[in-house]
Amino acid sequence: MIRLVPDHSARIQRTEKVPFTFDGVALMGCAGENLAAALMQAGVLHLRNAPGDGAPRGAFCMMALCQECVVFVDGQSVESCRLTVSSGLVVKSRR
Amino acid sequence: MLIDEQGQAGGQVWRAKDRSILSAPATPESRSGDNLRERLAASGVRQMTDTRVWQIERQGEHWVIHTLRNGAAGRLHSRAVILATGAREEAQPVRGWTTPGVIGLAGATALFKQSIRLPGRASVVAGAGPLVFFVASEIRRLGGTVAAVVTPNTRADWLARLPSMVARPDLLWRGGRWVADLMLAGVPIYWGHAVKSVSGDDQVTGVTLCRLAADGTPLPGDIGIAADSVCLGGGLAPSTEAAQLAGVAIRYRPELGGWVSEAELDGSTAREGLFLAGDGCGIRGAVAAELHGQIVARTALRHIGQASASDPALERAYRRASRFGEAMTVLSALRADPIGLATPDTIVCRCESLTRRTIEVEIESGAVSSNAVKSGQRAGMGPCGGKYCQSSVARLIALHENRALSEIAPPTPRPPIRPVPVSALAGDFDYDDLPMPKPAPL
Ligand SMILES: Cc1cc2nc3c(=O)[nH]c(=O)nc-3n(C[C@H](O)[C@H](O)[C@H](O)COP(=O)(O)OP(=O)(O)OC[C@H]3O[C@@H](n4cnc5c(N)ncnc54)[C@H](O)[C@@H]3O)c2cc1C
Ligand code: FES
Repeated sequence: MIRLVPDHSARIQRTEKVPFTFDGVALMGCAGENLAAALMQAGVLHLRNAPGDGAPRGAFCMMALCQECVVFVDGQSVESCRLTVSSGLVVKSRR
Repeated sequence: MLIDEQGQAGGQVWRAKDRSILSAPATPESRSGDNLRERLAASGVRQMTDTRVWQIERQGEHWVIHTLRNGAAGRLHSRAVILATGAREEAQPVRGWTTPGVIGLAGATALFKQSIRLPGRASVVAGAGPLVFFVASEIRRLGGTVAAVVTPNTRADWLARLPSMVARPDLLWRGGRWVADLMLAGVPIYWGHAVKSVSGDDQVTGVTLCRLAADGTPLPGDIGIAADSVCLGGGLAPSTEAAQLAGVAIRYRPELGGWVSEAELDGSTAREGLFLAGDGCGIRGAVAAELHGQIVARTALRHIGQASASDPALERAYRRASRFGEAMTVLSALRADPIGLATPDTIVCRCESLTRRTIEVEIESGAVSSNAVKSGQRAGMGPCGGKYCQSSVARLIALHENRALSEIAPPTPRPPIRPVPVSALAGDFDYDDLPMPKPAPL
């Protein structure tokens, strides 16, 4: 089939995968990758529970404004869309 | 000195890649961005990245910029400040838009540009203007599947904008190719439609679409589409909070994205030494923003006593780019009713989980301004600072009070305009007191 927009997925090279954890679950992510993107890639979308109805929420704005992707790292609450993956990173959710 | 809350300079359009990307095919945006970052590095401009500005105030002859970097607060003093804060994405609340797997349409471009990742395996891409086709096309370029493109614009809306678009035949051609590729690939494009609800509990499983009347009201006849992710756009709005803290007034200009900061074409404002550039004073698009930055930099240089003539050719190019950009912004605003698709139980304020019904009850009991709804129900008091509910709240007030949107100003921004941990303020320091090499005197 004719593609006017070529598929570039095979031409993207990434750093090696390193282990990190999310609420104790072992995950792998590319070193230096944006944490929100890496969690999404690992299939982890549910990052916190909403106030009030407790419904699941996940990254939304991807530009560090909505605060939906906030997680705990080193005891600090930080937007995961402003963090990067490193080997051994321990991420705790607000679920 | 350049301050940016992102890890590298580039803003939204020329956003830099994560360190995890070793190599990837270049795009027009990545080429321009890399070129810009190289020139910036060679220019000797001091860069403070990963640094958030959370307050701006006037002290004597200077502006004081309050920053937050690595959890520590600091201050900078300057005679001239250019605020180029860009845009934020608007959202139109629909049932289920808070489900994990729904991300912003503009937000999706950040995911592509920075991390080269997809939002899911099969995505519904919904929104107005050219961005919806760019996002759908990028999903295909990165090897993903577009389940459907949904846009409130009709083909007639686009045809009506052709005369302004011929100002930039290059962009017109690029956009035409995105649409043609989607059609060749058999991706359904729903013109004149909108996402009415999103289904799924802890992850998106599908969406329901409806057709829109010319005024944006939903028409009967639902269409269901299976997908595991949604890129949902509600248009762009200028980020005016920082300028507002500095005392710059805002005006309602729906054709420029809503409430915009008041500034002259050359970037000057009613406040001395404070200049505005780019999408923050009206959404005119990336090409216009870059040219505007060059014009405003000249104004700021003149303010601090450096010879820098204005350049008529630059201003002409800016006007031409603006015409294109403004036509795209108008297209994005067509048929957009910020609240038209929200049912009574739809969440409007994500931070406090407030539904449309709750906010309407508050308005009925007398909260008839954005500030009143904010103090009564905390809509807009959550961590996002009201950025994702203020347009919907204003629209609800307008509906109930039978008033024009231009009369319902967004809530007054208060510092901090970015979340600041209390611990950061304990060690508050002046960058001017640090033994850092100073740049050439301004
Ligand atoms: C998420 C998003 C994605 C977009 N993607 C595209 C696209 O792919 N193609 C396109 O044509 N248009 C896109 N747009 C529209 C685009 O933003 C503009 O047309 C263009 O980038 C405007 O340039 P600018 O310099 O005015 O603002 P921007 O490029 O947005 O730059 C503003 C900069 O200011 C920084 N900033 C803002 N507030 C603060 C603060 N308080 N402290 C510190 N730093 C701060 C931001 O980090 C950012 O780097 C997008 C908009 C958004 C919101
Ligand atoms: S996704 Fe909105 S703050 Fe990270």
